[in-house]
Amino acid sequence: MRGFISVFKRELRSYFSTPLAYVFLVVFLLASGFMVFQKNFFEMRQASMWVFFDGMPLLFIFLVPALAMRLWAEERRTNTIELLFSLPITPAQAALGKFLACWTVLALALALTWPMVATVCYLGDPDWGPIVTGYLGSFLLAGAYLAIGSFFSCLTRNQVIAFVLAVAGCAFFLSAGSPSVMNYLAGTLPAGMVEVVEVLSFKSRFESFQRGVVELRDVAFFVLLTAGWLWASVVAIGERRAAG
Amino acid sequence: MIEVKELRKAFGPIVAVDGISFRADLGDVLGFLGPNGAGKSTTMKMLSCFLAPDGGTAGIVGHDVVAEPVAVRRNIGYLAENAPAYDEMTTEAFLRFVCEARGITRRKRAEAMERIVESCAVASVLHQPIGTLSKGYRRRVGLAQALIHDPSVLILDEPTDGLDPNQKYEVRQLIKKLSKDKCIVVSTHILEEVDAICTRMIIIDRGRIRVDSTPNKLREEIGGNLDAIFRKLTTNSDEPSVAGGVK
Repeated sequence: MRGFISVFKRELRSYFSTPLAYVFLVVFLLASGFMVFQKNFFEMRQASMWVFFDGMPLLFIFLVPALAMRLWAEERRTNTIELLFSLPITPAQAALGKFLACWTVLALALALTWPMVATVCYLGDPDWGPIVTGYLGSFLLAGAYLAIGSFFSCLTRNQVIAFVLAVAGCAFFLSAGSPSVMNYLAGTLPAGMVEVVEVLSFKSRFESFQRGVVELRDVAFFVLLTAGWLWASVVAIGERRAAG
Repeated sequence: MIEVKELRKAFGPIVAVDGISFRADLGDVLGFLGPNGAGKSTTMKMLSCFLAPDGGTAGIVGHDVVAEPVAVRRNIGYLAENAPAYDEMTTEAFLRFVCEARGITRRKRAEAMERIVESCAVASVLHQPIGTLSKGYRRRVGLAQALIHDPSVLILDEPTDGLDPNQKYEVRQLIKKLSKDKCIVVSTHILEEVDAICTRMIIIDRGRIRVDSTPNKLREEIGGNLDAIFRKLTTNSDEPSVAGGVK
């Protein structure tokens, strides 16, 4: 517990003592705003945040791996990983501390989009359900992407490689359910496999959050997936360490 | 306090450490000598539980490095090669992080900080980011980090490498001062260092121990100065000395 808290605090502080967090927040807010207004938000004449949440999966696919790529790759490159593991901290504590610190930055980024909520409230009388669940879905989605990014960051000391692999990994989960991909897979994979791929889709689950539906199995899906990738990160840290 | 038996580590086909055994007790300053790539750093990484050994055992204050890594880390201070530290943190924030991770309570923290800032002479750079420090100060911050919890076992990987003569002298004085109530292992390839601070020396080459003795005894037995002895022991083999250097 102590190891976890100290790593969490150090990580969180390091985001804000370097330009990293500020650059990330500004780019995220600009990009999310751009995506909303580019889709004719005002002409739609609807007091809803549908278009805002619609952009999240695609926006996160690049921004979350950008934040996640440094998690372990940087520690390995600067060899601070050797320092970190000379302290009485277990790999699981370190991985969880790093993950939660990064997720906190993402939560802050989402929280800072409040002017969007204020705008919708000012212009009309929105249905609160989809807004709340939309934020919940975005937060869970960000966590899942982040866990994927964290795993790929463990594998290499090169941040660019970590980034590219993480984007590819996230893209797989996002596109898994889309019709074009499913049609293609249906022609190449056996039927059972196609169903498995469909179950793994982020897109359809995120859409139900967007509509205001919170189903236990959707929440459980994201939580389990996140936990799974995090566990894989812990294993990868141990393995890579043993290999030098 | 340190007991190593038949420790072995290979990276693929390269055997970095090939069955070494030694022990060190309280009051020992054990000099770990060898050419570059001899397996010094790999051995130290295994002692500090960073690398898992392929074979053999190593115990620190009675705790096994494989079975109880966290207990081992609690009891040792480790300065890795090139003194890695988080560049964006200030010295003070960095040391506070190490205190926290080591579970030094708030009350004792002030005391520990005061003691370490004085003994490692880092007061003037306390509020400077570590990335901006000179090599010498960086090394001192690394030492401060390794000493802050007053461990009984210290493992220092080339603590004076790259320092100027004054800084080398200071670090050696510090190690000497500390040696009374600790067990210290220092790796180096500087022979004068062994004479200056070590009570015992081990010469390791291509993953094997060539000599386990004291500097004085060695001079008596083999004759000549340490430089000559070192060269004789680490080059008198029929194969060229190109054992794998592993980072």
